[in-house]
This record gives sequence, structure tokens and C-alpha cells, in this order.
Amino acid sequence: MSSGWRRPWRRTHLGTEADRATFRTLHSASLASPALREGLTVDSAGRSIRHLRDLLGTPALALTDVDSLLAWDGIASHHEGQAAPIAQRTAEAGDTRVADRDEVDCGRPGCEIRAAVASPLVVEDRIVGTLQVYAPVATAGLVQAADEVAQWVSGQLDLAELDASRTRLMEAEVRALRAQISPHFIYNSLGAIASFVRTDPERARELLLEFADFTRYSFRRHGDYTTLAEELRSVERYLLLEQARFGDRLGVTLRIAPEVLPVTVPFLCIQPLVENAVRHGLTGESGHISIVARDLSQEALIEIEDDGAGNDPETIRRALAGDPSTDSVGLANVDARLRATFGDDYGLVVETAPGAGTKVIVRVPKFAAGVHA
Amino acid sequence: MTGAEVPSIVAVVLVAVATLAIGTWGLRFSRTTSDFFVASRTVRPALNASAIGGEYLSAASFLGVAGLVMAFGADMLWYPVGWTAGYLLLLALVAAPLRRSGAYTLPDFAEARLGSARVRAVCSVLVVAIGWLYLFPQFQGAGLTLEAALGAPRWVGPVVVGLVVLVNVMSGGMRSITFVQAFQYWLKLTALLVPALAMVLVWVGDGAPNPTDVAGVGDPGPLWSLPLGSGGGQGLYLTYSLIVATFLGTMGLPHVVVRFYTNPDGRAARRTTLVVLALLGFFYLLPPVYGALGRVYAASGTADVLVLELPRLVVGGVGGDLLTALVTGGAFAAFLSTSSGLSIAVAGVISQDVIGRSEHSGVTSFRLGAVVAVVVPCVLAVAAPDVGVARAVGLAFAVAASTFCPLLVLGIWWRGLTPAGAIAGLLAGFVGSGTGVAYSLRSSEATSWLAVLLSQPAAWSVPLAFATMWSVSRATPSQVPRHTPRFLVRLHTPEDLRLERGLERHV
Repeated sequence: MSSGWRRPWRRTHLGTEADRATFRTLHSASLASPALREGLTVDSAGRSIRHLRDLLGTPALALTDVDSLLAWDGIASHHEGQAAPIAQRTAEAGDTRVADRDEVDCGRPGCEIRAAVASPLVVEDRIVGTLQVYAPVATAGLVQAADEVAQWVSGQLDLAELDASRTRLMEAEVRALRAQISPHFIYNSLGAIASFVRTDPERARELLLEFADFTRYSFRRHGDYTTLAEELRSVERYLLLEQARFGDRLGVTLRIAPEVLPVTVPFLCIQPLVENAVRHGLTGESGHISIVARDLSQEALIEIEDDGAGNDPETIRRALAGDPSTDSVGLANVDARLRATFGDDYGLVVETAPGAGTKVIVRVPKFAAGVHA
Repeated sequence: MTGAEVPSIVAVVLVAVATLAIGTWGLRFSRTTSDFFVASRTVRPALNASAIGGEYLSAASFLGVAGLVMAFGADMLWYPVGWTAGYLLLLALVAAPLRRSGAYTLPDFAEARLGSARVRAVCSVLVVAIGWLYLFPQFQGAGLTLEAALGAPRWVGPVVVGLVVLVNVMSGGMRSITFVQAFQYWLKLTALLVPALAMVLVWVGDGAPNPTDVAGVGDPGPLWSLPLGSGGGQGLYLTYSLIVATFLGTMGLPHVVVRFYTNPDGRAARRTTLVVLALLGFFYLLPPVYGALGRVYAASGTADVLVLELPRLVVGGVGGDLLTALVTGGAFAAFLSTSSGLSIAVAGVISQDVIGRSEHSGVTSFRLGAVVAVVVPCVLAVAAPDVGVARAVGLAFAVAASTFCPLLVLGIWWRGLTPAGAIAGLLAGFVGSGTGVAYSLRSSEATSWLAVLLSQPAAWSVPLAFATMWSVSRATPSQVPRHTPRFLVRLHTPEDLRLERGLERHV
């Protein structure tokens, strides 16, 4: 009687034996996946291999790149030395293969390992490594299983590659921003400085030093983040150089709450906006730029405003969406990086209308996990 | 109401209006404009230290200490000593690493250190609890002040201060403008210093009578000036408990930690703390002077409003009224600045971690948070008017010392801390000290050992929290966050050392 009601209970809660096997498999796979999503390295191989061996249920498992061992898990670690040659031959063959007997032979009488199945790991049609299953016999089932797991691992590594290329793209965009500053600005600044060399050598010297500091900051190679203080210092230098060129035509107001200066921001997230403001604000005879940074307790608010010709909101919307035909290239890039760093709540806000100037508002949280200069 | 109260009313109205005006139109004179190219000048340690002092010196410091010293003698000097020495521990153990962590609030630090949303949530609740417990005596002190100075009913003070703070915080003014808070420190110092000097002159003119010759309300005569004069074993326990609470509690106060963010780097954070020590040390010389003079001139007076009544009793006449007005204005400034800072800290946490950004825009949820942050302690102050101001602040310190102190100290100095350990320790410390708070708010009996243990819980609840946090962390070693070593390196490495700090990729 008791078994009469217990059986259905067990079935609904733990599932049949087959169900449970499936759950175990899925669980092992989910444990292995985060490490593999970082790409194939000694570290990630070491962290994922135990779960992959659980998945396959074999006595020993090896992960290699194309010519050396990355990680070994299981019994009989004296076979480790065989992994590299097997990997090289598998990479040459380009397909799952069962290792020859002499490749796995260790000469020890009690050793359980008598066979190995090696399956290539393929990322974007390129073999990056192998998964090697060591067992007493190489059955057809084992070959099949090794092949399937290798394909799944390849899929995870593909995703890792995707993540990496997304990051590379972002970095390339920052590099593009740095490069984009250069030609016109450098030419114009040097021209302006040259005009002071004879009339006011002292000022020319100061401007040159500012110019040197400005370029050093803009071309620095390390770090994705900086402090608002550093970024604003660079903006100041930029404006100083632009003022040398435009003289009284360019009016500037800065109102910065000192409390927000330590806030961490993405590198070059304010300067492109100021450049835009100068470019658009000076359409007429003269123009005024104002930069205001305010403290909102948990957040900092930075507003960059010009009194120039303004713009059609639709154009700005297209620029933010990434349309390259508009001349506000920096805008979309800054917006994308702010969102990528702080989340979608923290995109740029642009207030503009034809003839009414432009105001760009940047909001950044004072703290975001993992973001620091 | 007689003519003598007019200067005090003027002082209170002046302080309130000035605060509101700065909040509404202000901002501008904190950093005005077209002086180009000074934008990236950071806040200097001396200015930031004054601001910390301005926000920190609360009703308890301004009113409570003098009354306690008058009534209970030298033991009570541990309050000002502890409130100052708390910064010594902050300086030695926490200031620079906390700044280098990049955290703005205590929940931020917990999240950055342990990478756990659950620890963050627990910390947020604790920030709100400590904030309310600290705000409550501020509002209460306001009630006492207006009652003593203007003869207003007790509930008027909390309501007035609550309204002013609420309007201020909601209008977005007085957020945490360093300059304004720094000014508050010097205002409070002047408001105590000038009357104190005048009264000391009068006292010397009277032939400098010895305070210990007077039989006061508490300990009789000579015992007054002796530590542990009549306390016995319980007195010794209370003293040690007070020392633990105040020394370790300062680092866990939400509005203090927020200020350290303004420092550009860890070194500046240390220098700021050093200056704070000096500023507080100087300020806290004054309340004991009031206490001693109170012994001579107002031995039967009310402890909590001694500071307000003393100038009139000692100096008398128009001079006395003017000095009283100065002290009253200073006291009112003390409530406003401390409660503003705290309300902002609490409202920020409520809006960010409780209400959340998803449902309302940032401004709306911050305003909602501000209402909740101010109204709850305001109601508490009206409902429970008889808890001593300094004692209630002492309880806030006890809770802070039993919760955030272990989290900060172990989080900064021990790599074995785990999220489970942190939560267990925070809860143990909170339940322990919270029981004491609940008991103290309901009853003031303090003769049995149980009552004594509950009325000053820090001496046992702090070790309890440390032990729980340590042992649960040791029991869950697999939970140690993987970024711990890297994070600790960042906390403890001076900024001018070349070090790749941007290792944690986020993009």
C-alpha cells in the first residue's frame, strides 16, 4: 500500500532515472559553461574540466590547445605526457579520432587506461585545441559522446570569442575617438600657438606645454576608466587651446561641484561632447559654452551646453542610433559606452532644437560595481 | 512669552530661513563661475574635515554632553572622548582603504567587497535603521530647544525641523555641499565658544567657586570629579560598553562614510581624518566647561537643556539674552545640518535599494525616500519624548558598532570574509544591539544586571558580531569571492604606486 502512493510522488519530484540523468548532465554543463565562456586558457580549462569529466563519466580527461596540455583530470596522470602528441596529430587530422595503441601505451601492467579518443575544438572554422577522453576501451558510444561534448565546448568557446570581439570593437571605437581628435585640432592648435611665438613667447610656451599634456592624456593606452577630475582637466586644456585660437569669440563658463570630481567615468566620455559643443556652438560670430557638474548625492550630473545653431532632434536621434552620415560621431560612441558601463538608465540625454542651442546631459552613478579608475 | 525670548526667536528664524535660502537658491556661491580653469580643483582636506565636523556634531554633542557631565560627572566625559576617538580608529583602520574601494555608501562597499546583492540588501536596511535611530534624537533635541528657549510645546520642534529638512532635501538644495557643512562647524563652535568665554569671565569674577563643592542632582560633591565615583561594577561595565560603542561606531555612520568619497585619494582621506580629530578635540573641550559651570550656577536645572539656560543664569540681563540667542541658533543649526546629512543618506538608500529605479524616475523616488526618511523618526520623537538625547545617540552608535564595524574591519583586513559570514554577523550584531535599543526605548530602569547589559549592549554585541562573522566565514570557505585578493591589493596600495588597477573588465 505504501509503495502505491510513494511511487507517483517520487516520479513527480525527482523524475525517472532517465530524467535524473538528463538533469545531472545539464547541471554539469551549466557548471562548466562560465569558465569556458572566458576562452580556452590554462585557467579556464582547469576550472571546467572536472565538470566536463562528470558529463562524460570517464576515468580521465584532458584539455589541450593545438600543441600542449592545458588541464588533466582523473586517474593515471602519468599519461599526461601523451596528450600533447595526440593533440598535434588530431589537429592535423581535423576530425575526431581514436588514438593508436602505441600512442597510449604506458607499459604499466595495472594501468586502466588503454585507449584515448581525441576530438578537435573548433572556433570559427579554426582548430584551437582538443578534448581527449581516456578510457579502458574506445567504444563507438565513447567516440560519439566525446564528439558531442567537444562540439558543445566549441560552441561555448565561440561565444567567448564573440564576447572578446565585442570588447575589441569597443576598444577600437575608443581608439578611433582618440585618433579622431587629432588632425584638425592638432593643426589648428599648432597654428594658434605659432601666432603667439613672436608676440607673446611666454604664452606660446605655456600653450605648448598644455598641448603636450593634452595629447599625452588623449593618447594614453591603459585603462578604460578615469576620474571626472582627470577628464575635466583635459577638457580645460582643450578649451584653453581653443580659446588661444578663437580669442574672445569663444566664451566659456565652468561650474563644477568639487564633490563630484572623484567620480569614475569611462575614459574620454566628456571631451568629445565638449568638442561637439565647440564645433556647433561657434557657427555664428561668437559662441558660449557652459559646462556644469552637479552633485545629486548618489549620482553626478554633467551638462554641456552651447548657444549655437542647435539641431533637429531627429538628426540627433539618428546620430545616437549610430547613423554615420551625421557629423556628431562622438555622440553615439559616448552614449554606447555609458550604457555599456552603467546600464541603459544612464544613456545621454540631448535637448536641442533648430536655433535654440544644444544641451547634452550626462548622468553617472557615484558607484558601480567593477568600475574604477 | 516675555521680551527675553525675542532674540532666541530671531536666531531660530534666521537659521531656518538661511538654511532654506541656501537650499533653494544657494549652490551658486559654493563654486561660482566664470573663473575659468579651476574646475578640477578638488576639496582640500581641511575644508572637507570642517564639513565632516559640521555634519557630525549633532544635538547630542551640542546639548547632551554638557547636561550629562553636570549631572553624572567625569564618567560622562567618555562620550566626547569616544566620539572623537572613533575617528582615530577610522583613521588607522578604514579611511584610506575605504576611499580606495571607490564605494560611495556602506552598501556600495559591501557589494564591491563581497559581490553579493543579498549583503547589499541587508546593509541597506541597516543604514536606514541606524539613520532613523540617529535622526530621532536630533528631532527630539529640537523639541527640547524650542521648549526651553521659546516656551513652545514639545512637538513643535520636531515638526519644524522635520519640515525645514524635508523642504531642503526635496528641493535638491543643501545636498551635501561641502562649503555649507564646513560653515556649520564654525557656526556651532562660535555659538558655544563665545558664551563659554563670557561665562568663564563671570565665574572668575565670582571668585572661581569649585564645582565639586556643590551637591548636584547626581553624585554628591567630590565624587562628581572622580571617574567611576559611585558606579561600582555596573558603572565599570557601562563605561567600557560606552567606549566600545563610540570608538567603533563612528565608522558605521551612514552620513560620515559618504563624506570620504569627496577626498581625491586615500592619502587625502587620512589627512582629512587627522584634521577632523583636531577640530572635534577642540570642540569637545567646551561642553564639559558648560557642565562644570552648570554645577556651580544651575545645579538643579534640566540636564538636556543646560546649555540653553546657562548663559541667562550666569550672565543675566540683555547680554544673557543675546548669548542665549546665539546658543539657541547654534543648537538649531546643529539639528538642521546633522539631520539634513542623515536624511539625504537615508533617502538615497531608500530610493536606490528599496523603491528602485524601475518604477519611478530618479527624482520622484528620491523625494519619496526623503519623506519616509524624515517622517518616521519625526513621529518617533513626538511619540517618545522622554528618552535622553545623548543616550539615544549612544544607541545608534551601539548598533553601528555591532554591524558595520565588523563588516568594514574584517572586509578590509581579512581575506577570508564570505557573504554568508557577513550576513550572519550583521544580523547577530543587529539583533543583539537592537534588543538593547528596543528595551531602552521602552524602559529607563537600570539597576539589575540584565537591564544594565541591555541598556548599553555594545560590550557584548560587538564581540558577538565579530565572532559570528568570523566563524560563519570559516565554515563557508568555498564562498570567498574570487576577486578578493585583487580587491584587497587595490584597497591597500597607495595611489602613487604604479599598478594596473583596471583589471576588472566591465565592458
